[in-house]
Amino acid sequence: MTLELFLLLAAGLFAIGLYGALSQQSVVMLMMGLELMLNGVIVAAAAFWYYVAPANADGQVLIIVVITAMAVEMAAGFAVVTAIFRARDVDMTDMAADLAG
Amino acid sequence: MSVVLFWVFGIGAVVTGFLVFRLDSMAQVTFALLASFLFVAGEVVLLGLGYLGVVIILMMVMEMVIMAVFMIMYMMNPAGLMPMAMYHNKRASVLISVGTFVALAAGIFVVDWPARSGRPPADTTYALGESLMGPQMLTMMTLGFVLFATILATVLLATSRGRYDRLGDDLRAARADDPVHGGIGR
Repeated sequence: MTLELFLLLAAGLFAIGLYGALSQQSVVMLMMGLELMLNGVIVAAAAFWYYVAPANADGQVLIIVVITAMAVEMAAGFAVVTAIFRARDVDMTDMAADLAG
Repeated sequence: MSVVLFWVFGIGAVVTGFLVFRLDSMAQVTFALLASFLFVAGEVVLLGLGYLGVVIILMMVMEMVIMAVFMIMYMMNPAGLMPMAMYHNKRASVLISVGTFVALAAGIFVVDWPARSGRPPADTTYALGESLMGPQMLTMMTLGFVLFATILATVLLATSRGRYDRLGDDLRAARADDPVHGGIGR
């Protein structure tokens, strides 16, 4: 186990999440991609804490921040999906592309 | 032992993460994502952060169970009976994500990471608590306000008809503007 291996795992999870966030049409699946990207950030933060600066707790605090960001993203995302679905019956990203371009 | 666990958790996390975008049923997808989170929590525990690992496990189990409800609400393919292909721009997405991974991996091996300074404290949970209640208090307070703002914003967004829709922006309308009027017709 080395820092590089943990960071590779984090990069893999981040890239898979990025693929999902870019390619999925369903808004809910898109949010799953975003969650998977943050999942990779958790691994990277924990690995940096352990392999670079284990003496102070800043790396652990970063993990707390990421977990909170995940919860906020999920709650706000579903609230927006619910609002736009109620207003315009939209549940695909392509149907909500008014601001594209 | 820990090396074996690292590989098991790591490969598990990546494989289940990949399955999220491969499985047909949205309910299965939710639980694949949950499995990926649990494997990552295992890695965090492996690094000596027992408290944070358990927090991730508990939080993600709750979050994914709530997510399963939403998934079923917005599900286009009940029970995965039909093959699901809801992609757009698939080729560019693959290219961008593979490119991102290659760039990150190159950076990981090229960068000269700093040497380890210090040792982990005997009780990492105690150190985290002391940090959050001391030097990182501002972080903790900011997180608290963000979570509170999220509660307000999500309730506002999810409300279908609130009191401002019914009684006007200054809440001074003589009678509520409801689609179906109640009462006895006065």
